[in-house]
Amino acid sequence: MNMKMKLFSYNLADTFIHRLSGLTKLICFLFLTFAVMYSYDIRVILVVMVFSILLMRTAQIQFSQVRLMVIYVLIFIFTNAVISFFFSPEFGTSIYGTSHEFASVFGISLTFEQLFYQVTKIFKYASVIPLGMIFLLTTNPSEFASSLNGIRVNYKAAVAVALTLRYFPDIQRDYKDIYLAQQARGLELSRKAKFIDRFKNSLLIVIPLIFSTLDRVEVISNAMDLRGFSKSKTRTWYMSRNFSRQDALALVVSGLIFIATVFVSIFINHSRFYNPFI
Amino acid sequence: MLMNSKPIIEFTNFTFQYFSQAQPTLHDINLKIYTGQKILIVGPSGSGKSTLGHCLNGLIPFSYKGEVHGSLKINGRETSTLDIFKLSKTIGTVLQDSDAQFVGLTVGEDIAFALENDNIPTDEMHQRVRSVAQMVDMHNWLTSSPFELSGGQKQRTSLAGVMIDDVDILLFDEPLANLDPATGKIAIEIIDDIHKQSGKTILIIEHRLEDVLHRDVDRVIVINDGRIIADMDAHSLVASVVLQETGIREPLYVTALKYAGVQVTEAMQAGYIETLKSELSRDALQIWYRRIQPTRQLNTRLSILNMENISFSYDGLRPVLEDINFDIKEGEMVSIVGKNGAGKSTLSKLLCGFEREDHGRILYRGEDIRTKSIKERAEIIGLVMQNPNQMISKPLIFDEVALGLRLRQVPEEKITARVEKVLKVCGLAPFIEWPISALSYGQKKRVTIASILVLDPKILILDEPTAGQDYRHYTEIMEFLVEINKLGVTIILITHDMHLMLEYTPRAIVLADGRKIADTTAAEVLTDAKVIVEANLKETSLFALSQMADVEDGTQFVQSFIDYERRLKNR
Amino acid sequence: MRDIFKVNTKTIVATGLGAAIFTLLFMYVKVPSPVPETSFQTAYGVSALFATLFGPIAGALISFIGHALSDAIQYGSPWWSWVIASGVSGFIFGFAFKRTKVEEGEFKGKDIITFNIIQVIGNVIAWVVIAPLLDILIYQEPANLVFTQGITAAIMNSVSAGVIGTLLLVAYAATRTKKGSLSMK
Ligand SMILES: Nc1ncnc2c1ncn2[C@@H]1O[C@H](COP(=O)(O)OP(=O)(O)OP(=O)(O)O)[C@@H](O)[C@H]1O
Ligand SMILES: Nc1ncnc2c1ncn2[C@@H]1O[C@H](COP(=O)(O)OP(=O)(O)OP(=O)(O)O)[C@@H](O)[C@H]1O
Ligand SMILES: [Mg+2]
Ligand SMILES: [Mg+2]
Repeated sequence: MNMKMKLFSYNLADTFIHRLSGLTKLICFLFLTFAVMYSYDIRVILVVMVFSILLMRTAQIQFSQVRLMVIYVLIFIFTNAVISFFFSPEFGTSIYGTSHEFASVFGISLTFEQLFYQVTKIFKYASVIPLGMIFLLTTNPSEFASSLNGIRVNYKAAVAVALTLRYFPDIQRDYKDIYLAQQARGLELSRKAKFIDRFKNSLLIVIPLIFSTLDRVEVISNAMDLRGFSKSKTRTWYMSRNFSRQDALALVVSGLIFIATVFVSIFINHSRFYNPFI
Repeated sequence: MLMNSKPIIEFTNFTFQYFSQAQPTLHDINLKIYTGQKILIVGPSGSGKSTLGHCLNGLIPFSYKGEVHGSLKINGRETSTLDIFKLSKTIGTVLQDSDAQFVGLTVGEDIAFALENDNIPTDEMHQRVRSVAQMVDMHNWLTSSPFELSGGQKQRTSLAGVMIDDVDILLFDEPLANLDPATGKIAIEIIDDIHKQSGKTILIIEHRLEDVLHRDVDRVIVINDGRIIADMDAHSLVASVVLQETGIREPLYVTALKYAGVQVTEAMQAGYIETLKSELSRDALQIWYRRIQPTRQLNTRLSILNMENISFSYDGLRPVLEDINFDIKEGEMVSIVGKNGAGKSTLSKLLCGFEREDHGRILYRGEDIRTKSIKERAEIIGLVMQNPNQMISKPLIFDEVALGLRLRQVPEEKITARVEKVLKVCGLAPFIEWPISALSYGQKKRVTIASILVLDPKILILDEPTAGQDYRHYTEIMEFLVEINKLGVTIILITHDMHLMLEYTPRAIVLADGRKIADTTAAEVLTDAKVIVEANLKETSLFALSQMADVEDGTQFVQSFIDYERRLKNR
Repeated sequence: MRDIFKVNTKTIVATGLGAAIFTLLFMYVKVPSPVPETSFQTAYGVSALFATLFGPIAGALISFIGHALSDAIQYGSPWWSWVIASGVSGFIFGFAFKRTKVEEGEFKGKDIITFNIIQVIGNVIAWVVIAPLLDILIYQEPANLVFTQGITAAIMNSVSAGVIGTLLLVAYAATRTKKGSLSMK
């Protein structure tokens, strides 16, 4: 359990991307991720991926900041590739309508179609990651809630997100303290205990965490009511930023990429897949 | 003073009973408060002070259900016709729990919270936030998150957050709880300055009477068992018997006067140390002081706990403790004091093995305990943590206190007897069947003390044991600690309460910014100007009194007071 | 009609804090299962509890925000199909809101059955229907793979919500006080 992992290591560099408003970044993030989520055309995916890696450099994000995430993602993509191959080795063939076998593993035939499908998928998944990292590492968490409200998410839901970000570190600290306090009362949490005891004992940690949180819900909502929360249908935000020309530029560029992706699928590929086999 | 003929707050035959209670919590309250007054509300824990506050700000009946009889008018309007939002335009509340009150991700956002809800445009919001932040001296911290702030800074932020709405009445529910003495003093000064500059009506609910009386108040209202039993100015209050009868701590210098046989009267103006007419008592004090034999006994027993060159940091960057050395003898009673964030709670966590020191050694009876696990250390050291919610894991009081014994496989018959005894000591016997969720903060804190006491540790560490406790319960708990201390249990108290330190612990260790800056007698600490400033402590009023009485050695005077009181209690 | 969709300040705060706990448990307190990319998630016990106490909107948002946030922290970007499915499961758990007597301090026989029927329905819809369909729709994953994963997730999350959720609700009920019940001995 790595408790020292930070929630957001939001870095305070001053780059073009940092200066964009949170709302712009959120919309661009959604445009670009929807583009790669929609498209199964490896050419489009690679373009977006190269573009986003360039953006990462612009934002001065260091590899050390994202190393942990990269490891997680690689493990995820790799296991996904392996199991999806063993579950459906013919999937590529059924998508592209042809079958070019070039080898076989454990008696399962390996086709270029399957290989192409899986390589495309790997890049498809991998290409989302830099976008997410840029968004996470360059957006001030305070601005995030106002951006959500900016894309017409109900302000109450946006405030709920802000509260999550506000109280996550507190809850993480409480969890650790409770864990230690219970051990000091004599609770055995190490591997020495039987599974069922360990389960029961870990409930002894989760229960106080949840109940003290429920008490806190009461106090915090009182504090918010006393300061007039939810009395009107709308709300303004201290942290919202004005739109600049750069914001407009970023929006136009990412909007165009999204449109281009859809355009390629509909008018060139006539499907979400790019088919080099026919 | 300005006295409008029309009261801004008016309770008439007001009674309130919580939904789940069998009896009313407030009985037949009649009270008028006028515009621009500054009122202090005191009373024992559970007497209904916060409940009174909730009735004013609308949380009753908006959030807490119950039955209301009688009338409560604010600005001439019956509150039952107003909702909580309308009330929040008239009355701003600073809650006791400054972490709960802090709902923004940063100081700026938190101050702006009320404006955001009011749909004020962003630019105007920034301006107003800046000017209010300036009033409470937080304008350089607008982008800081609550994690980076000290307790006092959080309190200032809360204050700015309610003042931004330009309300007529400000209500503070225990603004001093968990603040170090100097920060508490500053908080009282800020409140007073706001009162003087803006003429707002101010209500302060607080246990620490003497600390609030650092600046003057117009009236003190005493509540006991849900009834108003006194409503007078500070001078008459300390001259009356009300404080003793309700079990509220009177200012220390007043106690000293009484010990010296001085009849405290209204004419002495003893409400504040600054106004005290000392010429009436000088001789009596001097005579009393000379009669006391100093009893300095040295503890020559073996050392039980030794910290050698301990350094620690949470993140590997910012040191929280640096090169701490001390030696605690078996059977000692020591307090650890110092400003908010000095590292006191961290020190206790190191002792219990919750965190591991980066450098140095911790010795128990001369033996390094580095290899001992949390559980093994817990056999020796019991820790009552600062925040009671982090220790409570069972819904019922009895089960909570019994938990540690059950985990240690003590037979059930023995458990019942031991738990009942401890609950009695901690003043919790009447509540034995209540769910913990129905207890007040002070009562919860006592549950956690009970749950550790029942385990009979060799060394007992209590982090802020008296926060939110009234004087009677505080005395009961402390006297019990003194008793088990006599039986040989070593006790370490972490506290912001200077009275507690003076009264109960002969020795005090002072921390400031992660370093030990003093380790001497409590009386010496509280009379040393340099230590006081560096560690955010507050000079005791006894010292000021000794100067008024022309006693040359103020430290000795304070020490004599302690010795005298100890002997009185032992009788 | 019971007004289970009403949102007040308490619902919002419960959502925010509930999502924080969800995120924490989702990242740290889980047991891996034999089926790849699935694990026994204690967090669903918590979303079931909060949904039962605060309704479908809170339930949906807690699982949605919590799942999205923990994905974002660990992988850099949320896995949308499963995040949405989580939200749906929390939403359906919320139909237990005001259907049990837990707020009055009772959570026994009939209440436990009601709660568990609802949570199983929620898990089945979310993990056997929504998640696989979205996986196919968004990511074009092979159908047999996603349905296998979905069924496993449905079983494990039902166990989690069933065991942990029920225990938490029983414990919560014990802390509730009845009208006029508190008096000193
Ligand atoms: N929500 C509630 N439901 C039922 N009873 C309550 C509730 N809140 C407080 N009480 C009870 O009302 C009484 C008065 O509580 P209140 O919080 O007003 O005390 P207080 O004077 O502010 O005490 P303290 O100094 O400990 O804060 C207590 O006995 C408490 O148990
Ligand atoms: N779990 C933690 N992780 C990181 N930093 C922490 C943690 N706990 C405390 N700190 C920091 O360490 C410093 C010392 O904190 P500590 O709680 O020991 O102070 P304290 O002397 O007990 O203060 P107070 O009087 O306000 O209780 C503070 O700056 C605090 O912000
Ligand atoms: Mg109170
Ligand atoms: Mg502390």
